[in-house]
Amino acid sequence: MAISWRKDVDAALAEAKASGRALLLDFNAAPM
Amino acid sequence: MYPNDRVAAFIGENFIPVKIHIKDQPETFKRFRAQWTPTLVILDRDGVERHRFEGFLPVTDFLSQLALGLAHAAFGREQWREAEERYRAVVRDFPTTDAAPEALYWAGVSRYKGGDQTALADTAKRFQAAYPATTWAKKASVWAH
Repeated sequence: MAISWRKDVDAALAEAKASGRALLLDFNAAPM
Repeated sequence: MYPNDRVAAFIGENFIPVKIHIKDQPETFKRFRAQWTPTLVILDRDGVERHRFEGFLPVTDFLSQLALGLAHAAFGREQWREAEERYRAVVRDFPTTDAAPEALYWAGVSRYKGGDQTALADTAKRFQAAYPATTWAKKASVWAH
């Protein structure tokens, strides 16, 4: 199962408001 | 962590997930005051921060922190019944984690704020049997009569 990660915080904030869901921000430095 | 099916399913069911890499978005690190990696921040639907934790955690502890964050989000929106249910789910589903005693404490507070005047004393009594050596038990001890 893959997680549908977003990269744009402001777009995700709008999506959260519209959907009523919480946001999870993952700040990381893992090798890309 | 994320390849774990339980983690992926929980995130998919409960969150709009955003991954922010230090090399790609250093300004976003500053915006949310993230000073270490990994840092996980949970915002409610209105963009208000409700929970944050830093550092690696094993799967069960990680899931417990996510669930605790959802409970804090409900508490922050003053949805007392939902908050209490979510906190009690943390205690039930992740009883051996650090999140459990914290959730037991806030479940009592949520019940009290929902109108049950006996909630705090009941919670203090529960702490005598469960998690007695924790900071949360000490905090709840003032409620014992």
